[in-house]
Amino acid sequence: MYDITVIGAGITGTFIARELSRYQLRVLLVDKENDIANGTTKANSAIVHAGYDATEGTLKAKLNVRGNELYEKVCQELHVPFKRIGSLVLAFNQQEVETVQELFERGIKNGVPQMEILDKESVLKLENNLSEEVVGALYAKTGGIVGPWELAIALAENALENGVELLLNSPVTDMKKIAGGYCITAGDRKIESKIIINCAGIHTDDINNMINSPSFEILPNRGEYNLFDKSVGNVVNSVVFRCPSEAGKGVLIMPTVHGNLLVGPTSEYVENKTSVETTFEGLTFINDHTKHTLKEISFQNVITSFTGLRAKTRTQDFIIEESKESQGFFNVAGIDSPGLTAAPAIAEYVIELVKARIENLEIKQDFNPNTRPNIHFMELPDSEKAKLIEKDPRFGRIICRCENITEGEIVDVIKRKAGATTLDGVKRRARPGSGRCQGGFCAPRVMEILAREQGTDVAEVVKDGLGSYILTGKTK
Amino acid sequence: MLQYDIVVIGGGPAGLAAAIEARKNGVKKILIIERDRELGGILQQCIHNGFGLHIFKEELTGPEYAERFIKELITMDIEYKLDTMVLEVSDSKVITAMNATDGILHIQAKAIILAMGCRERTRGAIRIPGTRPAGVMAAGTAQRFVNIEGDMIGKRIVILGSGDIGLIMARRLTLEGADVLAVAELMSYSGGLTRNIVQCLEDFNIPLYLNHTVVNIEGHDRVEAVTIAQVDEKYKPIKGTEKRFECDTLLLSVGLIPENELSKSAGIALDNVTGGPIVNESMETSVEGIFACGNVVHVHDLVDWVTEESRRAGSSAAKYIKGQIQSNCKTIKLKGINGVRYVVPHQIRLDNIEQTVELMMRVDNIYKDIKFVIKSNGEVIKEVKRKHVAPGEMETIKLDLSKFTPGDCDEMYIEIVEKEA
Repeated sequence: MYDITVIGAGITGTFIARELSRYQLRVLLVDKENDIANGTTKANSAIVHAGYDATEGTLKAKLNVRGNELYEKVCQELHVPFKRIGSLVLAFNQQEVETVQELFERGIKNGVPQMEILDKESVLKLENNLSEEVVGALYAKTGGIVGPWELAIALAENALENGVELLLNSPVTDMKKIAGGYCITAGDRKIESKIIINCAGIHTDDINNMINSPSFEILPNRGEYNLFDKSVGNVVNSVVFRCPSEAGKGVLIMPTVHGNLLVGPTSEYVENKTSVETTFEGLTFINDHTKHTLKEISFQNVITSFTGLRAKTRTQDFIIEESKESQGFFNVAGIDSPGLTAAPAIAEYVIELVKARIENLEIKQDFNPNTRPNIHFMELPDSEKAKLIEKDPRFGRIICRCENITEGEIVDVIKRKAGATTLDGVKRRARPGSGRCQGGFCAPRVMEILAREQGTDVAEVVKDGLGSYILTGKTK
Repeated sequence: MLQYDIVVIGGGPAGLAAAIEARKNGVKKILIIERDRELGGILQQCIHNGFGLHIFKEELTGPEYAERFIKELITMDIEYKLDTMVLEVSDSKVITAMNATDGILHIQAKAIILAMGCRERTRGAIRIPGTRPAGVMAAGTAQRFVNIEGDMIGKRIVILGSGDIGLIMARRLTLEGADVLAVAELMSYSGGLTRNIVQCLEDFNIPLYLNHTVVNIEGHDRVEAVTIAQVDEKYKPIKGTEKRFECDTLLLSVGLIPENELSKSAGIALDNVTGGPIVNESMETSVEGIFACGNVVHVHDLVDWVTEESRRAGSSAAKYIKGQIQSNCKTIKLKGINGVRYVVPHQIRLDNIEQTVELMMRVDNIYKDIKFVIKSNGEVIKEVKRKHVAPGEMETIKLDLSKFTPGDCDEMYIEIVEKEA
């Protein structure tokens, strides 16, 4: 019997699993998908929010500010890209100036440090590509950007190195109470566990309802994005929001940690939890927004578009608590924005709740908080590059021409713990195919390497999920 | 640091022709750097015929066409490095490259010829909505899988874009047993050669839907259906005109983009219309001693034209090394107007023209019974009649400038004049 089973290997699940791996516990991390971070974590704004948005006194407000504080350390330990580039909320008229003032005051109440209100001139000095029609902004220096799936993958890897077990492709379809805990059906496995932590993202209500009476409902809310080529990645230097409205925190324009430009999201409630399609209307809306915020931008530079689903609840706050009906069953639900920012603080919070259920929780003496850094070949000085190629010639062979990713890096992310097994898995870890040609040149090569390293046929290589086959057979 | 007279970046048809021509013009130390595992570039995956009609007066396949140049290159003992990626080109003509055997290479060249070709436009750039399953693929990637790796990429296929690669792949995949259900084209005309419309679609009863685009992709893991719809004159889909095809694959043949990241690193000026470097009569870019040719300059529809243009780049680079190129002389700027989208070269330095200069251009629409009129200083220099011109077919005009005396105006305009009704 496991001590704890964490359902959902997104950003909250992996953070919690990694925190749990500090203790003498038998922990299982289970997910329905073929990889870590394959739900909301792979499709969001990738922002570490300063914390002025959430209503004071809510869990969101508290965990946002604390989460933001915790980011530096964890990203250092796990070598995940994180940049505190600051964030701006722009005002374009008097009403928005008032909103900015309200946000500033709320930020003070929430304990957000290093905020100031800027006039037009100062805004344009920071961001000279913005439309001249801007009249002012809230500037929060602690706002930042992160690689969300890199973080979740690194957390999972670190958790695994510290003894956590991982089970992918295993949707939880049934749950029963048994003596001293729970028995869940996950894929073709029956798993017994004393404690269950439900981090199933937009499916947290479904998981909760397997064992408890419904106490909350997840309302999937779709956000669409456009990602631009690196050639326009420096159009803005910070995370640039428009004023929040009914539609959400406001559409944003920001650089990503890899130097692309990200624009979005839309905000729209959708009926089902599989609505991850982009829409003509959504993408047009984002483009129009961008046109009004920036002086100029060419949409020819969009390299891909994507959609994420926010796990919203009616209360609009996080639900992080032990079920009143089921002792040892914890819900970590409604983790929409600022969930990514709050995730490290959510993990802290959950561990405290769990401690109340498990007596004499013992610290693991040999817990290692650090992972081995991914190799980013192109960022090395020439002398280091030469040394690495000499040691392993696969670092001399560029597979992805757009991002200049070498075979050595690809093999490394396949071989690591919680390593890549799919084309998109390799892309999320080492970035081949995430450049301007979107894998047009390198996909066949990456598939070849995956097949070789896994000892399978190239036809077995999938894009992402088990059913996402790329090849349909041999030619005649 | 390694020293070469000429370094050619790219071992496709453009790079091969340029290197060979430079050697024929007496240049000794030439190096071709190719990022793929073999020379020949994209020609290696173009196993259909029709290459070489102009250069060799016979119909060759892509690999056959490439082979003729590769053989010539080898007999000439021109050096080349495969599986080698150029990382940077500086304006002082230092090249940084790397591969598995040499590690990091720094090469000083006297002249550089850029021949990196182009890449395919992606789904993101044309805003196709829907899910993001496997089975959405660039037509060129599909061509590599099918023709080089011998792997099939789908069974029921819809193609967006009627450029030549899309048309060729419609036929190729049909021959391999797939059902190509439709080719949708945003414009009111095909972007491909007329002969390919006939030989690849009509001969196989594959429907071509002009003024159509893809408005939805369905399928979570793999494509399950694709919906196309007619578009209005602003290319906006018209409600009620949707056609849904159950299929497992969507191929995208939605345009090629010259691959100029290295040109940018060298500070070379680019043309917004072609996406390639601004070049003069010698195919020299805005950085002295750096030349460019082939699809990196502008996307050609026939490899034969690439070869011709690249020979010019190769011989010019040779002249440059020998100090035979005049750079301080009268320069005429060329501009396409009234229906001519662009013209290459962009500039002509008159002292470097022996007699004629070949102008390559594309028009912005289909026109019938027109003439191209070339004017300078308000004076007509040349008129050429054409029965039919289309954006999918590059036009070339040989311009005799031996008797041309430049006036005060240093600009020359090329326009379409439609026959009066």
